[in-house]
Amino acid sequence: MKTRTADIAVIGGGAAGLTAAARCAAAGKKTLLIERLSRPGGVLQQCIHSGFGIHRFNEELTGPEYAHRVLTQAEEAGAEILLNATVMQIDGTGEVKTLTVYSRDEGVLLIRARAVILAMGCRERCRGNLGIPGERTAGIFNAGLAQKLINEQGLLPGTRAVIAGSGDIGLIMARRLSWCGVKVACVIEIMPYPAGLSRNIAQCLEDFDIPLLLSHTLTGIYGKKRVEYVTIAPLVNGVPDLAQEKKITCDTILFSVGLVPENELSRACGIELDPVTNGPRVDSSLMTNIPGIFSCGNVLHVHDLVDFVSDEADRAADSAVAWAAGERPGEAAITVKAGKNLRYTVPHRAEAGKTNHFYMRASTVMDKAELRVTSPEGRIIFSKKLRYVKPAEMISAAFPCPEESTYTFTLENC
Amino acid sequence: MEKFKKICINCPAGCHLEIEKEGDAITVRGNSCPRGIAYARQEVTDPRRVVTAVVAADAPERLFIPVKTTAPVPMAEIPELLKKLFSMRVALPVHPGDVLLKDHPSTEITVVATGTGK
Ligand SMILES: Cc1cc2nc3c(=O)[nH]c(=O)nc-3n(C[C@H](O)[C@H](O)[C@H](O)COP(=O)(O)OP(=O)(O)OC[C@H]3O[C@@H](n4cnc5c(N)ncnc54)[C@H](O)[C@@H]3O)c2cc1C
Ligand code: SF4
Repeated sequence: MKTRTADIAVIGGGAAGLTAAARCAAAGKKTLLIERLSRPGGVLQQCIHSGFGIHRFNEELTGPEYAHRVLTQAEEAGAEILLNATVMQIDGTGEVKTLTVYSRDEGVLLIRARAVILAMGCRERCRGNLGIPGERTAGIFNAGLAQKLINEQGLLPGTRAVIAGSGDIGLIMARRLSWCGVKVACVIEIMPYPAGLSRNIAQCLEDFDIPLLLSHTLTGIYGKKRVEYVTIAPLVNGVPDLAQEKKITCDTILFSVGLVPENELSRACGIELDPVTNGPRVDSSLMTNIPGIFSCGNVLHVHDLVDFVSDEADRAADSAVAWAAGERPGEAAITVKAGKNLRYTVPHRAEAGKTNHFYMRASTVMDKAELRVTSPEGRIIFSKKLRYVKPAEMISAAFPCPEESTYTFTLENC
Repeated sequence: MEKFKKICINCPAGCHLEIEKEGDAITVRGNSCPRGIAYARQEVTDPRRVVTAVVAADAPERLFIPVKTTAPVPMAEIPELLKKLFSMRVALPVHPGDVLLKDHPSTEITVVATGTGK
């Protein structure tokens, strides 16, 4: 069996992995990135729409353009990229980590590295995860899969579609289908507010007069060989009101109902996961509970902006570079908790005496809010005013952290 | 006086704009940066969108090149442009930034590749 060594191994070649690999290599570390597909870029390659890189490159790029930039940075910095290679196992015990990799070109490979960065991204939740009743027929797709079929393979999924879920992927696909001549009958959303960004409601639904039915759910999918129609109903007090059930003719259903970080590999090697984010629990250096293994991007928590993915990847890279050089981070002794109106915060532990970066998601829609960080005694450590808080839009905060046992993050009405 | 409510699509902040139009005079509220004002003016006079699509490569294998317009296109001209893009076959190799189409259907439109398809 072939063995390779590196200072830092990066698993996954999407925005997170490429950015991290570029930074590690630029810092002079021997960096090896492992990607299972035949080309790098991850989900960016199928996101042909523009809206990437405004913060990072001060320019509105398309997904493939953003991928091209970070790939070029990684290559120029001297990172080595292994394609068609899947990491099957991580052995995280010991000072040097070992990855077992199945490579199409080289067979089974062992990769030994001082530090590992997890950047495996996420996958889509599907009909099965929701338990939508009805027939098992052709014509049911995940929105991201339909996106890949259209944009990478030139295949149309059908002629008349219903989109279940108003996440950004679903909204982007409503426009993409419309521009390809596929009629989008409606987008239905179980929550009373849309899950995607406002700009996508405007440019992907309103531009095409596609109705967005809030507080609605799919009650059935019907068809023999191919989907023939679906039934939908409004939610009244949280349950579908079947008296108001309606039939909608369509041959295609796209599910855009959220993403799940891809952490089978992490779980198998003993990395502790947060049941809310489905990603690793990390400290402020983005290190998991296994020393020397770091995490960033969608595998850590689902991001809506690639710019934040790359910022996070930079921080994971800096930590991995320091670790590979033998430095050890200070103890992250502050427990970070998500309180009122927040679903989660990342990282889970912060380090006193330096500036820590936090990302968090609201659990509800608020017009105006104040983000507040309080000590166990109720002292306000940090606060910041926010406009239009939505679960769809990640909130970020960075501030110097004084010593405390616990920080509680909350969103207050104001 | 006409009133509009629009969401600025210039960046993911998606500011909710309240626009008042009186003849040529436009007042905007809700924008977080000057680009919102320019967007509001454009949107109530001549709305435009950047168009992205894929174009088939002139190659034996199934290969599709992602493309975009270099500037927002008048909305009324989008269907014509899409028809043209569907009918095109692009010779390989293609690099990001290569101009694939110019002046179709109007003189203002330039379509460039955003990827290589590979
Ligand atoms: C449809 C869609 C639209 C979006 N639109 C926007 C937008 O308009 N603007 C914006 O800023 N952001 C947008 N985003 C968000 C942003 O693009 C993503 O969050 C970001 O690209 C994710 O990068 P990543 O590297 O974390 O994950 P991914 O891109 O998913 O990369 C993970 C990579 O890891 C590889 N991998 C996984 N497991 C293994 C393994 N075991 N071995 C080897 N390789 C492995 C995968 O093949 C994949 O290439 C969008 C996201 C989606 C899904
Ligand atoms: S007004 Fe400025 S900040 Fe707000 S969405 Fe438009 S471009 Fe973005």
